[in-house]
Amino acid sequence: MSTSDQQAAPPRLAVPELLIGVGLLACAGAVAWQTLAIPVSPLYSKVGPTVFPYLTMVGLVVLSLLLILAALRGGWQPEEEKETPTDWKAMGFVVIGLLANLLLIQPLGFTAASIIMFVLVCYGFGSKRTLRDAVLGLILALAAYFGFARALGVNIGAGFIENQLNTVIDAFIGMLRG
Amino acid sequence: METLGHLAHGFSVAFTPVNLLWCLLGTTLGTAIGVLPGLGPALTIALLLPITYQVAPEASFILFAGIYYGAMYGGSTTSILLNTPGESATIVTALEGNRMARSGRGGAALATSAIGSFVAGTIGTMGVAFLAPVVVKFALAFGPAEYFSLMVLAFITVSAVLGSSSVRGLTSLFAGFVIGMIGVDLQTGQPRFTFGMSELLDGVDVIIAAVGLFAVGETLYMASRRYAGKDEIVPLKGSLYMTKVEWGRSWKPWLRGAAIGFPIGAMPAGGAEIPTFLSYAIEKKLSKHKEEFGTVGAIEGVAGPEAANNASAAGVLVPMLTLGLPTSATAAIMLSAFQSYGINPGPLLLTTQGDLVWGLIASLFIANVILVILNLPLIGLWVRLLKIPAPQLYAGILVFATVGTYGISQSPIDLVILYLLGAAGFLMRRFDFPTAPVIIGMILGPLAETQFRRAMTISNGDWSVFYTHKLSLTLLTLAFIGLAGPHIWAFIEHRRRRGPEHVPGDA
Repeated sequence: MSTSDQQAAPPRLAVPELLIGVGLLACAGAVAWQTLAIPVSPLYSKVGPTVFPYLTMVGLVVLSLLLILAALRGGWQPEEEKETPTDWKAMGFVVIGLLANLLLIQPLGFTAASIIMFVLVCYGFGSKRTLRDAVLGLILALAAYFGFARALGVNIGAGFIENQLNTVIDAFIGMLRG
Repeated sequence: METLGHLAHGFSVAFTPVNLLWCLLGTTLGTAIGVLPGLGPALTIALLLPITYQVAPEASFILFAGIYYGAMYGGSTTSILLNTPGESATIVTALEGNRMARSGRGGAALATSAIGSFVAGTIGTMGVAFLAPVVVKFALAFGPAEYFSLMVLAFITVSAVLGSSSVRGLTSLFAGFVIGMIGVDLQTGQPRFTFGMSELLDGVDVIIAAVGLFAVGETLYMASRRYAGKDEIVPLKGSLYMTKVEWGRSWKPWLRGAAIGFPIGAMPAGGAEIPTFLSYAIEKKLSKHKEEFGTVGAIEGVAGPEAANNASAAGVLVPMLTLGLPTSATAAIMLSAFQSYGINPGPLLLTTQGDLVWGLIASLFIANVILVILNLPLIGLWVRLLKIPAPQLYAGILVFATVGTYGISQSPIDLVILYLLGAAGFLMRRFDFPTAPVIIGMILGPLAETQFRRAMTISNGDWSVFYTHKLSLTLLTLAFIGLAGPHIWAFIEHRRRRGPEHVPGDA
């Protein structure tokens, strides 16, 4: 950040930073809207449930204005961030993977949805061996389902893969018990 | 000497076979996630929070503490061999440590950081054991007004004083406040910020917030930055046994680092950046081998900051256990684990939950011993973890993120919130907003509000309680100095130099 550079080129409006500032201002608006929606009982008129939300809203408005001001003065992104182009394709695959997981986890169950997400995310990050990734995803999802979820007592809900395996395991346990 | 008796009792709690196993599990897991880029202690402890419904508090806190300490050890391995500081606390270690590894002295760098972590971690844990009862005596005099002012001070220091920009830090903090307020207001039963959705009545789970910001956000960020080029793993060279000269150059920085790190960590400011950078600057100044700094790598520049980092990590536990005041994202998540047991950390914790607190402190000593063993003779194992390719690593993180969040309620709404927070986490990472204040704001915000309303109820709605109580006024003044001081200072400096230029990007 040498001063001579700054004097030679007057700071320009930084659009992404400006959008963040404006977005935050919109969030402050949403906070105000939701605060107005809080019903206040007259019993709590002194320090009711709305005092902190209002304070937070004021804080957010001030901060977003300061961010917008900073954006008008050229933004705050570090140079190396600006110079590195965003890999939209990789990000796109990660986002598609996440969305697929969201949409498929109920109809297909956790393991199947996880495999699809795993493969898509790996592909996005540049892995070309899709079949191997699918197998890895299966192993990892099953490990997560049977190790992590069951050990923690978290109920993740079973899909067809889990049901099949649970049937097999139950049958196995039944067999052992004679 | 009361403390020693308590400690002895603590060891009797920690030395049960089951608790030793939890400690071993925690330290191993902690080292692993510390080594792996993209995973940190805050995320891991958040994912493991459901365990609090299964086991006794002692067991889960011994596990969490092991993860917390382990991640500090593991993080230094990554910064030395990969030059990718996983967290801000290990940035300084990477400065000299990676240079040492490149010039074939990686073994010595790892050894001095592991042994330094052990020395400083033990000193720091001792500090916790002896300082905590003192702070408790002091804290018993606190009323709601003082607590509120103390929290304001902590808010300012964690968001505005540390980090690159006070405006962006405070923005993160306030975003955390908003997330923390979602749900039913505990004092009046009114729903707040729910947008009419019944799923939001219970609020946003801290697991979802931590996983969204740290796991989903980080994965998106790493995907977007694939053109940035990769860091190479420096193969581990050099003996893991330090020479006499290296010991001689290391021990003083360890002690100095511990002396700098612990007090700063124990203040209601927290943060490992200031102590590590301070230690680095001091070691550079005092070193007889200045020419090695920034060239082949100086061992003092690894030993000091690594010790400071671990001592400050121990220090952070003091305000957490005695005041219920978390000053890092990990501590904030540990606080929510206390809440999940229905335990309120604060001055009474040491008396009401003596077994838990002293058992936890004793287990930290044990964790340090296990960690130095795990991280020196077994270092080769952890180096292998570094070789996990990025695609499978990040895809795997997302699978575990799904288990941890969807498993809580099996509601796709939770996944939607998770992904929205992930998107926010990505933007924050991309545009240099710190993420830890979000977690601290969402956990500590509601507690601050409770104290605020309590103080106002006691004073009958009179705002003056916050500035007529001397202690409260002092704390608020300190907070104001923390917020405004650097700006006033910069303004004076600016005037003195009479430079007409302004500095953009100083938001």
